[in-house]
Amino acid sequence: MNDEKKKGFFSRFKRKKNDEEAQENREEPVAVEPEQETEPEDKPKTGFFSKLKAGLKKTTDSLKGGMDRLFLATRPIDEDLLEELEEMLIGADIGVQTSMEIIERVRREVDRKALKNGEELKEHIKKELLRILAEIPNKGFNLDHNPTIILVVGVNGVGKTTTIGKLANYMRGQDKTVCVCAADTFRAAAVEQLQIWAERAGVDIVLKEGSKDPAAVVYDALERVNETNADVLLVDTAGRLHNNPNLMNELAKIRRITTRDFENAPHHVLLILDAVTGQNGLQQAKKFVDKVGVTDLIITKLDGTAKGGIAVAIANELNMPIQFIGVGEQMNDLLPFNHQDFVNLLFKD
Amino acid sequence: MFESLSEKLQKSFRNLTGKGKISEENVQSALKEIRLALLEADVNFKVVKKFVNEVKEEALGQEVTRGLDPGQMLIKIVNEKLIEILGGSSPELNFKGSGPHIIMMVGLQGSGKTTSCGKLAKRLAAEGRHPFLVPCDVARPAAILQLQTVGKQVDIPVFDSHGIGKPLDIVKKATVEARNTGRDVLIIDTAGRLHIDEALMGELKSLRAFLEPSEILFVADAMTGQDAVTSARSFHEAMDITGVVLSKMDGDARGGAALSIKSVTERPIKFIGTGEGMEGFERFHPDRVASRILGMGDVLSLIEKVQEKVDQEEAQRLQEKMLKNQFTLEDFSKSISQIGKLGDMGSLMGMVPGMGALKEKMDVQAESKQMGRFQAMINSMTPEERRNHAILNQKRKQRIARGSGTSVQDINGMLNQFMQMRKMMGMMGKPGKLGKLKSMLSKTGLGDFADAMMPGPQAGVPQLPPDMDIEELQKIAAQNGGKLPPQILEQLGMGAPSGGMGGAKRPSRPKKDRKKEKAKRKKGRKRR
Repeated sequence: MNDEKKKGFFSRFKRKKNDEEAQENREEPVAVEPEQETEPEDKPKTGFFSKLKAGLKKTTDSLKGGMDRLFLATRPIDEDLLEELEEMLIGADIGVQTSMEIIERVRREVDRKALKNGEELKEHIKKELLRILAEIPNKGFNLDHNPTIILVVGVNGVGKTTTIGKLANYMRGQDKTVCVCAADTFRAAAVEQLQIWAERAGVDIVLKEGSKDPAAVVYDALERVNETNADVLLVDTAGRLHNNPNLMNELAKIRRITTRDFENAPHHVLLILDAVTGQNGLQQAKKFVDKVGVTDLIITKLDGTAKGGIAVAIANELNMPIQFIGVGEQMNDLLPFNHQDFVNLLFKD
Repeated sequence: MFESLSEKLQKSFRNLTGKGKISEENVQSALKEIRLALLEADVNFKVVKKFVNEVKEEALGQEVTRGLDPGQMLIKIVNEKLIEILGGSSPELNFKGSGPHIIMMVGLQGSGKTTSCGKLAKRLAAEGRHPFLVPCDVARPAAILQLQTVGKQVDIPVFDSHGIGKPLDIVKKATVEARNTGRDVLIIDTAGRLHIDEALMGELKSLRAFLEPSEILFVADAMTGQDAVTSARSFHEAMDITGVVLSKMDGDARGGAALSIKSVTERPIKFIGTGEGMEGFERFHPDRVASRILGMGDVLSLIEKVQEKVDQEEAQRLQEKMLKNQFTLEDFSKSISQIGKLGDMGSLMGMVPGMGALKEKMDVQAESKQMGRFQAMINSMTPEERRNHAILNQKRKQRIARGSGTSVQDINGMLNQFMQMRKMMGMMGKPGKLGKLKSMLSKTGLGDFADAMMPGPQAGVPQLPPDMDIEELQKIAAQNGGKLPPQILEQLGMGAPSGGMGGAKRPSRPKKDRKKEKAKRKKGRKRR
């Protein structure tokens, strides 16, 4: 068949990765199954670190194969190695520019003969990634305002509604009273989807049957929060492409409404980013920052094989903290982001 | 933001000797630029590597075609190669054998399966088929309801899968119902899933075994990055997909995922999703996506759109009137409507090479609003006033202002612009005045919008010269590496707006520019 020939090119890539993935992943049906997902291995059930590990497992595994081969301590540092390394960073969607910058710094160290072998090279790259992530100011995800108004935005299909369900559950776990607002009046059945999540998380929901005006729903929600004294209001908005000016203006209007009723609101504008997103993620983030002043980032679907590296580039370029990562479809599949863990796990062997 | 690849390539060739032939030496840095461009467009790095090697092999030793410089020659090779890989087999849906036919939609979460189901159903219904939508996503909350709502929007019946827990049971019942109700195409919406999810992939396989679908379409997000190869390959291995739907192409992602997916699956990309509305579903054109991946705009789509939407006769008539200086307010209003039909100016401009930067600068929306207001004013006039603006006195203006919810000042502003346009139009009729016209345009404040608004070959809205049709243009574009040569763009009224154009030859540039470039090149060298 015609496919045979083409497959040859990828088979090397495939074999290498699949074999490893097969070993570990197959015995561990992915995060989607609630029970198994929670702790597929013999890790303790509590502790976010272990959960993060479990969540990032696939991410790590797929990167690991390459890394291990690269960092064999015996392997001398040469152009080939550096090139492979650059490709690997690019392959994680970290971005051409950022990847080249990292490699450039590493190259300088190599030229100074400061790095002797692959092992040291690995440590150095880890440091570089950490340095990038550490430069991002992160005051933590505070819910100190009363009420804390949170706007959730992003392009279509990144997982806004699901993330809100998880966030509501997470905040309730912190003894906050939460109200969610179904302001995605555009997508079919978006309101019903959020309704189900609100039920699962046991939180209040404000919706307007049949309404096509998101601003009106938000207005209602703000009134409800005033009445009920809820601690947090999570506003779900319709997914929209950042290059659609009308829809972006609609979002800006929603933002203005919250500002009118509460001081300094919205207190967080969360941009949800799909881990599979490529370089366009940066454009997305820039436009959303421009229009609605995004404050924090959440990366979803990190339980797949995508590494979400574009988040590093975004965080780097826009100085925006990554707050949470989504690692599955269940309510608990939301973890606080920790860059130390993130990088460590990327390089764990 | 993105410098077009052709500009970069020309830069990297500029200082080289031996330009007559593409050689190992002079091609090296150019290949690097190609690699970068493809990576920036999210083509998977392995696919890029293979692609660049193939281009190199093909390019080496090739004589540069007369009239092209090596950079253009290389672009031509790259573009042809891209089109070759992206295109190939026929994108028609397979409806062989007896029905009902089954189309399965599969993909990752959030890739746009449900929306694509609705769009596809609408399209098939328009082709005279009788689609039946079958929601099989029992995992995501309200997913079934979503497809039901979508079905209502496109007026296509949806199987009621509420209360049936297993997708396999759903499709079993749905196929029976389809037979009973005379539906001839079943579109199966499956739950989004990760390709590494063994259990859920197994479920898909069992659905496939039962349904024996004639099409299995993998729906992928055009914004997908490097991981596109992994997910596409896994889905293909499990399901043996028959085609790909690339969703969210109305975004500004370069869409390199198309190349990645096509390379690993070797299955045709059949459709692209281009908007939230149910009509935003189009056939895939490899040439257009190729130039998009290369960051070179999409002139052909623009031309097609204009041809489709603009009433050619009307435009011709308006143009003649303009040239004879008989352009009235009535015509002005008509010409605004013509532009309005094309949709958002911003997205139009994005299709023109070199206009991307302009688009950033322009407040497209304010301009559109302004045009709407103009129309309201003209609509508030009497037919006589519309035909002869000279009779508009203060009293008439006051009445019009009340009628259109504007002020007399606004009306004077509109009239000013109208008069200026008339004046310019008169000039256009005379040869050799184009340069003057352009400088005038920028002074009017109407700026690029006016440029685009005026029907006629010299204006921004491209109209094909009478002796040229789309096919011919496509041929010309293909010969020039997917781009139209500047002379033709000029003819279409899309001459380079002050140096943004890629393929245009620019023999001399200001010194300052050259200096900058030199610095850039230096930086580039350092990088390597």
